[in-house]
Amino acid sequence: MIYGRRRIFVPLMMLLGFCFLYGPIVSLIVYSFNSSRLVTVWAGFSTHWYSELFHNDAILTAALLSLRIAAISATGALVLGTLAGFVLARYRRFHGRGLFGSMVTAPLVMPEVITGLSLLLLFVSLESIIGWPQGRGVLTILIAHMTFTLAFVAVVVEARLSAFDMSLEEAALDLGARPLKVFFVITLPLISPALVAGWLLAFTLSLDDLVITSFVSGPASTTLPMVIFSSVRLGVSPQINALATILVATVTVVVVIASRLMLTNEKRPPA
Amino acid sequence: MPLGGDGGAPYLRIEGVTKRFAGHAAVNNVSLDIGRGEFFALLGPSGCGKTTLLRMLAGFERPDAGAILIDGQDMAQVPPYLRPVNMMFQSYALFPHMTVASNVGFGLRQDKRPKDEIATRVSKVLDLVHMGRHAQRKPGQLSGGERQRVALARALVKEPKLLLLDEPMAALDRKLREETRFELVRIQNRVGITFIMVTHDQEEAMTTASRVAVMQSGNIVQVGTPREVYEQPATRFVADFIGAVNLFDGKVVEARDGAVSVIVEGLDVPIQAQGAPLAAGTAVSLAIRPEKIVLTAAKPEGASNLVQGVVREIAYRGDLSTYRIDLPSQKAVRATVPNIDRLAGPAVEVGQQAWLSWSVSAPVVLTQ
Ligand SMILES: Nc1ncnc2c1ncn2[C@@H]1O[C@H](COP(=O)(O)OP(=O)(O)OP(=O)(O)O)[C@@H](O)[C@H]1O
Ligand SMILES: [Mg+2]
Repeated sequence: MIYGRRRIFVPLMMLLGFCFLYGPIVSLIVYSFNSSRLVTVWAGFSTHWYSELFHNDAILTAALLSLRIAAISATGALVLGTLAGFVLARYRRFHGRGLFGSMVTAPLVMPEVITGLSLLLLFVSLESIIGWPQGRGVLTILIAHMTFTLAFVAVVVEARLSAFDMSLEEAALDLGARPLKVFFVITLPLISPALVAGWLLAFTLSLDDLVITSFVSGPASTTLPMVIFSSVRLGVSPQINALATILVATVTVVVVIASRLMLTNEKRPPA
Repeated sequence: MPLGGDGGAPYLRIEGVTKRFAGHAAVNNVSLDIGRGEFFALLGPSGCGKTTLLRMLAGFERPDAGAILIDGQDMAQVPPYLRPVNMMFQSYALFPHMTVASNVGFGLRQDKRPKDEIATRVSKVLDLVHMGRHAQRKPGQLSGGERQRVALARALVKEPKLLLLDEPMAALDRKLREETRFELVRIQNRVGITFIMVTHDQEEAMTTASRVAVMQSGNIVQVGTPREVYEQPATRFVADFIGAVNLFDGKVVEARDGAVSVIVEGLDVPIQAQGAPLAAGTAVSLAIRPEKIVLTAAKPEGASNLVQGVVREIAYRGDLSTYRIDLPSQKAVRATVPNIDRLAGPAVEVGQQAWLSWSVSAPVVLTQ
């Protein structure tokens, strides 16, 4: 009998859990196809809000800007974060290693408001001392995003490298490959899943950051989250639902592709 | 010291090499000369520093003291990728993202060999280790023994001047191990590679190596041909580590022209042995190999060393049988009898009294 009950209980809990996690997203997607202007009343299926969205220049420019910022800052964070992760994983003993380690990972635990404010103060005083960066805008957003996302990349890369079997690199050296070649032919391919994961993480973090961006952005650099946030304050438009649906779909596709890539990297069936 | 191969100057010279990890010497003042084309085996218990020594030869560890010379050239400043050395790792270290074939071809690709030459050499060496069928698999899809064979193939394919093998056959079955051993010797004769092989299997060392070195906690305690090390072990440790042995601790009671009598605890009569003149009273150990003990049901005539005991156990081992005999002092002694003799002669069964005898040349007198 206990088994009978368990057979119902476990799937039920799972269902409830999924509802809790994905219910809001599902309702958001459903209402993006609502023909009514009111978000809470279903008035029939329509793609009206999507076509309206694609004619909304403010949102489109902001989306494009956000994607560009996310791609560039994720790439920058990947390079810097990989270097930092490498140093943390490989050089176990040097002066100031402890300090370096906690400084790199500090943005993980630092409240965003503080990170944003301190970056703003930094940019302002830098401008008054050396005249660079001039004003706030895309450049300062990029620098800020790289600063806080590289910490995530560094942590992911360090974890992967700590589990890395050093004798693989030694074997490659032994067989006549020079250190730089070893890095590109052995180390890099083997940590590439971590690099892909780190880049995607940095990309999504940058894409949806609102707090830090608000501090360091200028008049001509309004990112997508800022547009959404300010438009929602004036009342929720179903356009935002449509926009969110597109974002969810994109992220899902990217994550599925990335995990597929990682799987084929791990084991390929015999040819 | 006899060197294998073409004699002359040693190909590899290790001079007083020491390596410390956190103050503890993993390799302690080791000196060795290894000749060109020699098949040299390193034996020793786990943790005695065998892998550390090989890693210094390959260039992954820097000695804290001493020098390593290959073909007369000091290796101190030579990085691993420029040394004429290949190593097969104890952990195999196969590249998980490459197929078996590209793992094996990796070294040849670094040397920029032409493509078709790489292909033929790779398939040849894979056939040698019976892995031709699996050339397109990834290491993750292989069994432990198969991985080991790929690692061996990868180290062999470049035919380096000096090949370091860290327990190359530990995961292979007996038949494959014998075959591979035979192949290694063949390759060595054909290409003249100098081999240094670490092994736990003393039979493997005995049958393949021209010389063996026995290591004990970072030190080399004896170097010699397999026969010398087996027949004339330098210390108690070596006697015990290489093959089975009966050890008796005792004191010299009398020594004259090349012969000693040793009184051993638990035995009334002293044991007669040959050996260097030692002062009476010196503490020694006697090592007697089980196959040198003659086991008879009836008391033999004119034996120089004779004791009586009770057979406690007989282990059948195919070609031999191993007897465990308890002496009156309760000390257990092992004796092996070829099964041809056992079946021909009068049988000694478990629980019966038996006579053990051995010649004066059988015991080895050990002072350390
Ligand atoms: N990188 C290292 N750091 C600290 N200690 C080490 C290191 N490498 C080896 N050691 C120590 O040095 C000693 C010798 O190790 P080594 O690997 O050479 O043993 P081994 O003879 O190859 O043993 P096995 O037969 O088990 O492979 C061991 O006590 C080991 O713990
Ligand atoms: Mg070892």
